[in-house]
Amino acid sequence: MAIELDIQKNFKGFSLNVKLKGQNGAMGILGASGSGKSMTLRSIAGIETPDSGKIIINGKTVFDSQAKINLKPQERRVGYLFQNYALFPTMTVEKNIACGYRGNKSELSQKVADYIKRYHLEGLEKHLPSQLSGGQQQRVALARMMIGEPEVILLDEPFSALDGYLKDILQRDMQNFLKDYKGDMIMVTHSRDEAYKFCSQLTLLHNGKEILTGETREIFGNPQYLETAKLTGCKNFSAVQKMGSHELYALDWELLLRTEQEVTEDITHVGIRGHWMRPADAAGENTMEVQVEEYIENTFEHQYLICNKAAKESGTLWWMCQKKNFQETPQENVPKYLYFPPEHVMLLKK
Amino acid sequence: MGEFLSEINWSPLWISLKTGVVATVIAFFLGVFCARKIMKLKPGARAVLDGILTMPLVLPPTVAGFCLLLLFSLKRPFGSFLLENFDIKVVQTWTGCVIAASVIAFPLMYRNARAAFEQVDVNLIYAGRTLGMSEGRIFWKVIMPAAGPGIASGTVLAFARAIGEYGATSMLAGNILGKTRTVSVAIASETAAGNFDMAGFWVVVIILISFLVVATINIVSGRGMQTRRWI
Repeated sequence: MAIELDIQKNFKGFSLNVKLKGQNGAMGILGASGSGKSMTLRSIAGIETPDSGKIIINGKTVFDSQAKINLKPQERRVGYLFQNYALFPTMTVEKNIACGYRGNKSELSQKVADYIKRYHLEGLEKHLPSQLSGGQQQRVALARMMIGEPEVILLDEPFSALDGYLKDILQRDMQNFLKDYKGDMIMVTHSRDEAYKFCSQLTLLHNGKEILTGETREIFGNPQYLETAKLTGCKNFSAVQKMGSHELYALDWELLLRTEQEVTEDITHVGIRGHWMRPADAAGENTMEVQVEEYIENTFEHQYLICNKAAKESGTLWWMCQKKNFQETPQENVPKYLYFPPEHVMLLKK
Repeated sequence: MGEFLSEINWSPLWISLKTGVVATVIAFFLGVFCARKIMKLKPGARAVLDGILTMPLVLPPTVAGFCLLLLFSLKRPFGSFLLENFDIKVVQTWTGCVIAASVIAFPLMYRNARAAFEQVDVNLIYAGRTLGMSEGRIFWKVIMPAAGPGIASGTVLAFARAIGEYGATSMLAGNILGKTRTVSVAIASETAAGNFDMAGFWVVVIILISFLVVATINIVSGRGMQTRRWI
């Protein structure tokens, strides 16, 4: 069970060039808007045709420009969950779900009833999509996709149109429904949180190119590249000068840093996540004297835009600190120093 | 009044309605077919073909009538071919009425269908494909219902245009009472003959039918969607 693809497609001013090798389970494609992630997903489903390349799903070649193979979407057995769900507006819930069924006609009504139950849609059989809530619509779309027993399912930004509370509920629902699914899943998203939650393996896209593929945890811990670090949500970067095998000088912060990883010659930048920096009482190794430039109060955390007090022209850094309650203002308890734990200092290439 | 009504020859009304119905059926399938085909074309070819298909709407109907005469005249190749091989006569016959009305009504059907198709979320089509539905099933079960209001108003407009057609019909089919004289042709010839009562009567009939048609469109296209008011 695996997906393999290597596709190219050219547009005006943009070219897509993606190589992917998915293993079993849940894979995520993370990228900014316009990075080509939806195009990649659509190519796998057969809705979009690449200019050249190859797509193999579970050993079956569904697209090969050289061998002139291009299976219709109908023949690929790929489920696709659209961002707006694309439910058929004039059909009832029941009829929508029946559209996805591919098996023997005599079992149709039994199967549909089965899936209506499985996705908690009882009582809504005769409703039109416009009469359903966002959560119900998503369940109909899932049921309609799953009743065809697809070998691979593709989720295209399934939560990006939703707001806070509903989003959390639907994410949990979706995780529950997908638990029993035996096939592979690929999810496209621009949200690092969704990627982290749903996918054990991640591929990062930037400007139509794949820059990094690997285990999700590993990628978040060690993104390797400046662009991938940005995609995973890191906000603090500085250009570096190598000082030793485990030591570097952060030029933008004017700060000497000891690192856990070895500093190799190709390292050009250093990054640290705002959540991992810790307050410290005294100056010392890997610590920076804090000067706050700006306070930003978030719902559950304070954010500080800080710079190095000891430096002449320091770049700014973000530091995030959990709130204890809503009365606390960000101006209270500002530490004098911040500590950069060596194990959290990320070494990055361009 | 009773005397006036009893003397009326109702055939123009029946001919108009019969022509309207048949022409609408033809325009419906042809219009929907062409709109579907054109949705699959690339922008350049689409613009050209769309221009050609819309011509009967913008040209004077007499120009359409003239072209149809050229095509179907028995003295010309295609017209004589039809007569010799299939025994079909178009000029000065009811068939001519239908063809003229169909040609004139076609662009209304086609343009409305196309506009309605363009409003349909293309993801619905893609969803149908990934679900394994055949293209035909997607078209008739998903796209046509989703485009329903637009298609319906196109059909009604085409019908209205077809029953009111005058220019092309009078040129191709002529003015034979009981055979090709439709209501609009009757109005023209009664007026020319100075029978203003009769012409006026047909005018009232046409106004009534037209109003019914417009009201029907409003009801049909208003159904299923929220009527927006500007307040």
